[in-house]
Amino acid sequence: MTLAARAVAPDFALSGVDGSTHSLADYADADVLVLVQSCNHCPYVLAWEDRLNAIQREYADRGVAIVAVCSNDATTHPGDSFENMVEHAREKDYAIDYLHDEDQSLARALGSERTPEVFVFDGERRLRYHGAVDDDRDEHAVATHFLRDALDAVLAGGEPEVTDTPAVGCTVKWREG
Amino acid sequence: MKVELLFWRGCPSHPEALEILRAVLDERRPRLPVELVEVETQDDAVRLAFPGSPTIRVDGRDVDDAGASGPPSLTCRVYRLPDGRPSPVPAREQIEEALA
Repeated sequence: MTLAARAVAPDFALSGVDGSTHSLADYADADVLVLVQSCNHCPYVLAWEDRLNAIQREYADRGVAIVAVCSNDATTHPGDSFENMVEHAREKDYAIDYLHDEDQSLARALGSERTPEVFVFDGERRLRYHGAVDDDRDEHAVATHFLRDALDAVLAGGEPEVTDTPAVGCTVKWREG
Repeated sequence: MKVELLFWRGCPSHPEALEILRAVLDERRPRLPVELVEVETQDDAVRLAFPGSPTIRVDGRDVDDAGASGPPSLTCRVYRLPDGRPSPVPAREQIEEALA
């Protein structure tokens, strides 16, 4: 089940493509933390990741940290291996951190179902928005910018007008057993 | 002419692919049926040489040669639109070309 509204962010300590281990506490300085369930191979991620990169660059000075997390089982989807994550982040010039949730514990704690799937946590690390980045895979057809709107609202100390939308994308590739 | 759409329910793109396919068929070959083939297991994927969802074949030939030979897998397939952007469904032009 997906994390409930206003639930506290789960702790984690995961390897990043930068070679460091990243924990929830490492983002303590961020006014808003965005966790994005992601991966390398999914066409929906490929369609949205440039927008996430752009949002990170635009909002970095406003205290927003966006962190992508790949939890997919690389034995069934080798394109999502850690080595391929490193390569993918380099190719796409990621401005966002990209972490490997190899044991899928963070995905389970978040209750993630899709890639990409966005979780926005406020300064107290309570969930304030969950779901899609925006309302259209085609960036030229977007009418409502859910993530940007949520960031603006939370940064202003308010409540996002929309707090939950269906994430549209590939399923998380869970390990068997 | 035989038109097949192979899909896996774990990927949400097949209704959109079917919509594009039916729109093209309505214009070009209005009475041609679409055979829907659900791929449910990895064994199915191997047996059907299914490189991901959705896969559209016209007389057995994939509308997207570039991705046709991918490893059989229950996954979402990546297509490239004419402008190079990635997409979970084939471009209308690819389907039109395959039906020409």
